[in-house]
Amino acid sequence: MNNKERMELAQWANDFALKKGASQAAVSISRSRAVQVEVREQRVETIRESTENSLNLQIFRDNKYSGHSTNNLNKRQLERFISDAVEATRYLSADEDRLLTDPALYPEDISKDLGLVDSRYDEVSPEFRIETAMKIEQLLRDGYSDVLSANGRFNDNTSESVRVHSNGFRGEHAATYFGCGASVTIMDQGSRPAGSFFAGTRFLDSLPAPDYLAQQSLKDVLRQRGQGSVASGRYNMIVDNRIGGNLIWRYFQPMNARNIQQRNSFLEGKIGERIGSEKFTIIDDPLIKGGLGSRHFDSDGIASRKRVMIEKGILKSYFIDNYYGRKLDLTPNGGSSSNVLMEYGDKNQDQIIASQDNAILITSFNGGNANSTTGDFSFGISGQLIEKGKIVRAVNEMNISGNFRNLWNQLAETGNDPYPYSSMHSPTLVFNDVDFSGM
Amino acid sequence: MNKNFDRRDFLKTGGIAVAGSFVLPSMLTSCFSSPGSASPLSYQLSDYLDHFGVTQNDITEVIAQGLSRGGDYCDLYFQHSMNNSIALEDNSVNRAFSNVSFGVGIRVLSGEQTGYSYTEDITLGSMKTAALTAANIADGPAGAKVLPMAEKALPSYYKINTPWEDVSINKKIPLLQSLNDQVFSLDDRIVKTNVFFGDNTSYILFANSEGVIACDYQPMSQVSVSCVAEQNGQVEQNGFNISGRNDIELFTQSNLDRVAKEAVQGTVLLFDAVAPRAGQMPVVLGAGSSGILLHEAIGHGMEADFNRREESIFSDKIGKRVAEPFVNIIDDGTVPHHRGSINIDDEGNDTQKTSMVEDGILTSYLHDRISAKHYGVKPTGNGRRESFRHMPLPRMRNTYMTNGPHKKEEIIESVDYGIFAESFTNGQVKIGAGDFTFYVKQGYLIEDGKITQPIKDVNIIGNGPKVLKDIVMVADDMEMSEGGWTCGKGGQGVPASMGQPTVKVSSITVGGVNA
Repeated sequence: MNNKERMELAQWANDFALKKGASQAAVSISRSRAVQVEVREQRVETIRESTENSLNLQIFRDNKYSGHSTNNLNKRQLERFISDAVEATRYLSADEDRLLTDPALYPEDISKDLGLVDSRYDEVSPEFRIETAMKIEQLLRDGYSDVLSANGRFNDNTSESVRVHSNGFRGEHAATYFGCGASVTIMDQGSRPAGSFFAGTRFLDSLPAPDYLAQQSLKDVLRQRGQGSVASGRYNMIVDNRIGGNLIWRYFQPMNARNIQQRNSFLEGKIGERIGSEKFTIIDDPLIKGGLGSRHFDSDGIASRKRVMIEKGILKSYFIDNYYGRKLDLTPNGGSSSNVLMEYGDKNQDQIIASQDNAILITSFNGGNANSTTGDFSFGISGQLIEKGKIVRAVNEMNISGNFRNLWNQLAETGNDPYPYSSMHSPTLVFNDVDFSGM
Repeated sequence: MNKNFDRRDFLKTGGIAVAGSFVLPSMLTSCFSSPGSASPLSYQLSDYLDHFGVTQNDITEVIAQGLSRGGDYCDLYFQHSMNNSIALEDNSVNRAFSNVSFGVGIRVLSGEQTGYSYTEDITLGSMKTAALTAANIADGPAGAKVLPMAEKALPSYYKINTPWEDVSINKKIPLLQSLNDQVFSLDDRIVKTNVFFGDNTSYILFANSEGVIACDYQPMSQVSVSCVAEQNGQVEQNGFNISGRNDIELFTQSNLDRVAKEAVQGTVLLFDAVAPRAGQMPVVLGAGSSGILLHEAIGHGMEADFNRREESIFSDKIGKRVAEPFVNIIDDGTVPHHRGSINIDDEGNDTQKTSMVEDGILTSYLHDRISAKHYGVKPTGNGRRESFRHMPLPRMRNTYMTNGPHKKEEIIESVDYGIFAESFTNGQVKIGAGDFTFYVKQGYLIEDGKITQPIKDVNIIGNGPKVLKDIVMVADDMEMSEGGWTCGKGGQGVPASMGQPTVKVSSITVGGVNA
């Protein structure tokens, strides 16, 4: 089935839902194909190939709402599926805000190429995938003498989808993705630390070379040698650009319109107020060419546009979807993030480290959580202790704790190194005076 | 009528139990051949074959295709899964969701190498194509034989009376509504409540090249309440949930009362919560869901795939003392109705009760088929997968510690300054370094041997082998967690459970504030 046929099926499903009694309906149909190869000890450990179909159906019946999905796209069987879905919706409570997106918010034109599809996708051969993973694994073993286990990985997928809403929206989306990764475990005084590096891109040619992946993965593990905890206290906290996105993503939870409406957010009523330092700027840009989060519209059909969410510490906007936008009487702007950019500084991570007297560079978070209602957070960490501008030892088995209301006001500096292999383009982040618990 | 087509028609559409309640019972009796098999609860193997529209000959042919390139083992995992959920928000039951998923996963093993593929189209042609994809993990002439099929009789650890397909949406709505009313009646500081009911039904048909064929009906249910309370401008949120392989009988009035009460009490308690000191201190883990300690500190590290690859900190510790003699830790797939219980594992092996630590000595890893062969031991029935889209991996089931010699009261009295951890939201572990964490949503300070002020939102981090050694007291009040735990590994989530008596760890690092 191609996207044209999917579009016809989605239109039919929409029409059928209305015929059965739905007031409005939204249908999306997608197909994705994925391949993954993993190599260990120069042998293919796993090969996994899959093709997955999905039809998602949203029913609006007299302001009553339900959502359904199936992987069976047979029309005859869908008739039953849709009939039952429409019937079931009748029994739910009505909610005046349960309506499809206002057509004024739909995109006018989605023809601009966002550069999300590598036309060479079909040329990627099984042999190439295996060779790449083999090469990564071999480089890991060659790079250090005491490797216990090494793993090279190559994965790719291609997806296509269509979306049809009964009040006029029709959209298509297609994308390719390539990823490769290196992970390695070494022996270190009875401990077996593991390091890894993964990269994902829309285009095969944008993937880093196996040498780079292996080198980064080895760097990640070798710097963990001799790790242990250090004294509890307040340290400046440097967060590696690879994992800065984890912290930022946590901050997006209280910015979500549902959490605002459900009183689950410490950012309720804070639009226009200072919630972070001057260094804290968050821009969400769904229209970046080739971006891992790029899209013309979101799952409500809302047109994508660049949004300044936080500007120099001032909260400018929430992530507002259609339903909770209506509940809050705010114009929906898209309920989720896409490509996230920050304001970048002028130093790289080495220069930042050199400028710190007493700090901990966090290279990995280990569990923990954050409370979107109160802002409280507590995370396990491992990384490097920095004294007088130099890395002096590896640290682990420590926690950081605090409250997001304060933490982002302690953001002192951002690096010039946005992480390229994620939709979260976090730079290295520097926070002053964070509570660490250790010895 | 074309019998098979109509049955499959029912199967694939009938999953929409949110609506299915209106249509399924009559479909079931009219479509299934065996008069005695009116309910899916009494389906026989022949019903499952009909259910998926396949014959044993088809299965044998697909397995033979899987072995055609020289693989030494092949299995097929057919699954028809139906998820339903219904939720209350802002005082009304105003949303319901369903998902139907149907397909077969085909796995071929060649030594420790795995080829995996699946198809959502259960026809002989599609299955053979997928089998050939998986077969390519090997590269040689066919060698292994497909043994004649013999049905494996299964135990029954989650017998239910009413299939979820028979439960009308109308029966759920008043329960949600009454739970909401109850939450608001318990404390006038409650300002928002969310109530969620979820159920899942999975029909599983498994067959492999060793001649095992088996079928299983796996139910699951969950009820959860989350609430937000406000007091003098301070807002707090918390919740409570229970889950198990049950039917609607899980939603008894007493269970619903308890969920409402626990959710409300757990929330309003947080108004008085303080932050503990940062650093290392004794931690007492309350009985029940603190079994998350075992899950993270030892359970994952004992999954044998990590060990056969020498990636786990426990890779060289079998037969060695890892804890005090009163510490016994078990992973058990047979606990009636618990989330991690399975009548058979997802690669055709018997489920069992596996002792990981006996009298303080490390006794057994948790094996799947590949690791059992690697170590030359019998599989322990831990080969599990999220769905037909995933290959099995060694996974925990219900992991718990048995009772010890101490009393809860004496444990608390033994602590000068530390914390008592009571409810948890999540945990994580680094397999090789052994660093593990769990997040305490709510607990208490212990000062001078007494429980004093509540605490909240604290992460705890420790090292698995070290913390096992530091378990210095174990009480006699073992409880299993009834929460809706899902364990993640390798991109797959599987239901699991855990349990523990009250336990004292002499020293572990607690997230807190520095003076």
